[in-house]
Amino acid sequence: MGAYSLGLRRLFRDRLALTGFVIVSVVAIVAVTAPWLSPHDPTAVQPALRLAGSSFEHPLGTDALGRDLLSRLLAGARWSLGTAALATVSVVVIGVVVGLVSGYYGGVIDAIAMRVVDALLAFPTLLLTLAIVGTIGPGLRGVFLGLVAVAWADYARIVRGLVLAAREREYVEAASAAGATDRRLLVRHVLPGVLSPVMVLATLEMGQLVLALSGLSFLGLGAQPPIPEWGAMLNDGRTYFLTAPGLMLYPGIAISLAVLGLNLLGDGLRDVLDPRMSHRK
Amino acid sequence: MRSYIARRAAALIPVWLLISLLAFSLANLAPGDPAELFLRRQTGEPPSAEAVALLRSELGLDDAFPLRYIRWLGDAVTGDLGVSYRTGAPVATELRERFAVTLELAVPAFLLAILIGLPIGVLSAVRRNSLLDHGTRLGAMVGSSMPGYWLGYVLILVFAVNLGLFPVAGRGGWRHLALPALTLALGAAAGLIRLTRSSVLDVLGDDYVRTARSKGSSEPRVVWRHAFRNALIPVVTVLGIGFGHLVAGAAIVETVFAWPGLGKHVVDSIYDRDYPTIQGFVLFTGTVFVLINLAVDLLYVWLDPQVRLTKRRPR
Repeated sequence: MGAYSLGLRRLFRDRLALTGFVIVSVVAIVAVTAPWLSPHDPTAVQPALRLAGSSFEHPLGTDALGRDLLSRLLAGARWSLGTAALATVSVVVIGVVVGLVSGYYGGVIDAIAMRVVDALLAFPTLLLTLAIVGTIGPGLRGVFLGLVAVAWADYARIVRGLVLAAREREYVEAASAAGATDRRLLVRHVLPGVLSPVMVLATLEMGQLVLALSGLSFLGLGAQPPIPEWGAMLNDGRTYFLTAPGLMLYPGIAISLAVLGLNLLGDGLRDVLDPRMSHRK
Repeated sequence: MRSYIARRAAALIPVWLLISLLAFSLANLAPGDPAELFLRRQTGEPPSAEAVALLRSELGLDDAFPLRYIRWLGDAVTGDLGVSYRTGAPVATELRERFAVTLELAVPAFLLAILIGLPIGVLSAVRRNSLLDHGTRLGAMVGSSMPGYWLGYVLILVFAVNLGLFPVAGRGGWRHLALPALTLALGAAAGLIRLTRSSVLDVLGDDYVRTARSKGSSEPRVVWRHAFRNALIPVVTVLGIGFGHLVAGAAIVETVFAWPGLGKHVVDSIYDRDYPTIQGFVLFTGTVFVLINLAVDLLYVWLDPQVRLTKRRPR
């Protein structure tokens, strides 16, 4: 607890990290409370009000179908960040499990797992995700599976490296000599050392996943209408971006802000959790 | 040295084979019968069962998976990736032509990113904690948090629509190239600035830099002669991968600017479920990136002679 609160205090002393923390918290609260915050139903079509400008009733105006832009933006936090968060968790869990098993047991399992990782890492994420979406077909499900199927490889490699390093440590050797089982060794002694770097990476990863998800939705391959995902909103708005630039500006600002928050927080966490790198600040 | 190259090249063969297996199985996992899809594309109406069966046996689709894979791979090695469902043209030719168009965009963007990223990154590290450094770091952070294609629209709005300096979209002379290349380059430069800065900072603390300083070398000489070259090592690695990401990022930027490159081609193919093109694309880009990785490895050896002596490159 002492080390934990010390870490928090150090995190908050870094103004940029604190900014990141505040942004992420606000966006997360918005995502959770969107249905109660929204002034209108984000999918309610009102043809009479199409492309309306800013008014008291519709602070950010309406889109081409007369849907309230502010409500869609708020609901979009749910879709964009919710999907990215779920994908991040999946990526981390798969990567950590494969990395732990591969690094700890070695041998054939390790050799096969690492060749698969090599093949996946030979591609830029977006290209392979595109190919997988092409196979499964456009939609949020295809994009989710595509992103997760590619992104876990990085974690597996990093965690494997950390496990290999941890195995050499005296306390792990001592525990092993004292007769601890493989499972106990992995969970009690190796895993804790792996978690803090993974946490940093996961924070940064979530930002990347928000970007990738919205990019694919923007291409029409991700979230399908009428889902108010931010990238899909950009796609909706691009036809009208000369007459109603707000349709493109606001979702873009929302994406940038959320990703900026995650990046600032991730960088701050890295400085706190990995003091060796803190001189880079 | 030669054996090192040979070893690195040999290690890439299993990776390449896995990529090819991945490419082939992806399209085979896809729902729908390729023969039926193909006939429907050609005639525009549902084909008869006999026609489908005939084409299936002609294309060898009834053979076992490993047999089909080996046959496909054998053709692929000779440059034959099959025929596109969508256009009826050979997939390999189309991919090659579209890739050239993407390079037309990605190479200038890559050079521009280096031109912006390296000097600013080094300056930011050398003048650490100055106003310039703080501004640069914030700018780079914001830059890498923005969706690149969205930045593209903002640039169009400002430079094409309001100022009328450049065309809104399309491919033509350098004026058409300016905005999409800048869009791609700015995103890549943001990442490069952050990496270069931290890499130079790392190196500036090293012993040989202190030695160079203490023997009285001038500060610019210390920075450019001693620190920069060593700081380049991690930067080069990421640049190689970065080029791949640039080509990937081009997929979206190409859509924004209606640039008829590889990215736009494959997105169109995905809409149309053109599986030969999709699997050809995976194999093609996978091969390109494997080769880029090899090139990066070799550049690495040239920059850091230590790698030549150790058995494996340090990760």
